[in-house]
Amino acid sequence: MLKIENLHVKLEDEEKQILKGVNLEVGAGQVHAIMGPNGSGKSTLSYVLSGREGYEVTDGEAHLGDVDLLDIEPEERAAAGLFLAFQYPVEIPGVGNMTFLRTAVNAQRKARGEEEMSAAEFLKVVRAKAKTLKIDADMLKRPVNVGFSGGEKKRNEILQMAMLEPKMCILDETDSGLDVDAMKLVSEGVNALRSEGRSFLVITHYQRLLDHIKPDVVHIMANGRIIKSGGPELALEVEQNGYADILAEVS
Amino acid sequence: MSAVAETMNVTDERLAGLTLPAGGWSDVARKDALSRVQMMGLPSRRDEYWKYTRPDTLTQAVAVPAALFHNDEAALFDDVERLKIVFVDGVFDADASDDLSLEGVSIEHLATVDADIHWARDIYGVLETNGQKPVERPLAALNTAFATDGVLIHVTGAASRPINMIYLHNSETSDVMLHNVIKLDAGASLTVLETGPAAARLNMVTEVEVADTAAFHHIRAQGRDHERRAATHIFARLGTESVFKSFTLTANGVMTRNECVLELTGDDAKATVGGACVGDGDFHHDDTVFITHDAENCESRQVFKKVLRNGATGVFQGKILVKAGAQKTDGYQISQSLLLDGDSQFLAKPELEIYADDVICSHGSTSGAIDETALFYLQSRGISKAVATDLLTLSFLAEAVDEIEDETLREQINERMASWLERRRG
Repeated sequence: MLKIENLHVKLEDEEKQILKGVNLEVGAGQVHAIMGPNGSGKSTLSYVLSGREGYEVTDGEAHLGDVDLLDIEPEERAAAGLFLAFQYPVEIPGVGNMTFLRTAVNAQRKARGEEEMSAAEFLKVVRAKAKTLKIDADMLKRPVNVGFSGGEKKRNEILQMAMLEPKMCILDETDSGLDVDAMKLVSEGVNALRSEGRSFLVITHYQRLLDHIKPDVVHIMANGRIIKSGGPELALEVEQNGYADILAEVS
Repeated sequence: MSAVAETMNVTDERLAGLTLPAGGWSDVARKDALSRVQMMGLPSRRDEYWKYTRPDTLTQAVAVPAALFHNDEAALFDDVERLKIVFVDGVFDADASDDLSLEGVSIEHLATVDADIHWARDIYGVLETNGQKPVERPLAALNTAFATDGVLIHVTGAASRPINMIYLHNSETSDVMLHNVIKLDAGASLTVLETGPAAARLNMVTEVEVADTAAFHHIRAQGRDHERRAATHIFARLGTESVFKSFTLTANGVMTRNECVLELTGDDAKATVGGACVGDGDFHHDDTVFITHDAENCESRQVFKKVLRNGATGVFQGKILVKAGAQKTDGYQISQSLLLDGDSQFLAKPELEIYADDVICSHGSTSGAIDETALFYLQSRGISKAVATDLLTLSFLAEAVDEIEDETLREQINERMASWLERRRG
């Protein structure tokens, strides 16, 4: 599904190398988690894959299926099936959440040569999906993320994911700012989307999220590289002992 | 030539080409206005109040011709139940207009009223004259003297539907002065819609008397003709617990100067003046606002948003004057521009002058580019950069458009702006 090879990335405006040769392959239907200390490059990886400006790829490749991700615009990556759930979802005053969702869904459909969703059909689908995420009619009507609580913003991200039906979902610290109940709700939303044809890359600091969203593989990232990979037990090890042991082990 | 001599020269040339409409109830006001224009002289670029906007094309004797703008979009507010009053290049068009009768409202047009006594006599040129202090507005006095037509609306109750003045522009050389007088009696309410460019060059004055507890709502969409020019003034006086809300949408037009002069004279009055403008290329748009608080516990809001690109210029001059004794005043002023490229500019001069000690006044002015993070957020959801830019442009304008109270009318403005942006995207 997602294949990253020897990815090197620096900041566009300064000589600062952030990713120093990332190799990662996520198979179809798999859930991979990336953990790592602050500044290890986790969020940068998510931004570079989804096409945010400000980064320069100096070496390496990233493919989603057959699609060369690094060559195309963010909206093309989205249409190809990539989705990034933001750590800090952006507030957009004056643009209704429904308008935004429908514009996005139909833009992707159009890009893939599919028929656009009618207003009535869209309304039906979005209401059903919103209900399972406990997103009420008022949240759908309000401007995108404006006045939403931390939990509501993250639920709104999952709603977008559910509507856009991506192949590859990257969750960038989706657990940050969530209380226990909200984390459970968001995790259930994610788990409901797990399927054979959909893969996840879950970036997190804490093992707790991974209690809810059970990963197949856990990677530890440090200093711009993946330094260790293993099963779910690796996350427990980090939770108990921190990163010091692992960093010492590989250095 | 000295500055004064140059001003007088421009003024003399302009006046030489005009004839004072004769007779009737407005006679005294017109003659008075003419003498005031002669005293003040028309604005020149040396005037502080015209520092950011060159007045020459608005004051010169002969108007610069303006090509007509053709498009196939439906007229704005077409599906709103309203009473239409149509002017073509400043001339009232009876055939195209609705029957000017509306319950609780008396509607006439200026050109046909020649009686010696008329209710409008107490307002025509009176609010304009009041608005000449402390800052002179000679183009408004010129209008009072020479306006050839306009509407006179007297509202005694709650108007059952909006009145829509539709100003069509059919002659490339039309040079028009219109003067509207609107009087709302105590407790009355009215919504006025104004649409269209009116002329190649328009000089428009609207005087509004809003009596105690009356409510006046005004939504204006200035025509899209690229080459049109306009200098407009709104003068309004607000009574106790009255409401005044005015919103202007502007797209295109090489030169627009919209002045709004409000005086809150009764306690607990509320005034809002707002505008959204979208300028591209050869476009100069100036919002000049002067709000005087002269009563207690009044609220005023100025909300102006401008989106500029390809060398377009936006100007905002906004002042709140709080007189001694106008305690508990709540004044708010925001003017913001979204600059879509490095060629465009926004010039802002916010001013507060406060002589009362228990007031809240806030003001802010910003210029910025599209928020890259928000742009990326939208793109990451599959929305193209061009569409995302438009969505963020509408988002930026929303704060001003939201000042329109009526949801249906607000949505019409939003939809129209969205369709304009989409059209430009091609």
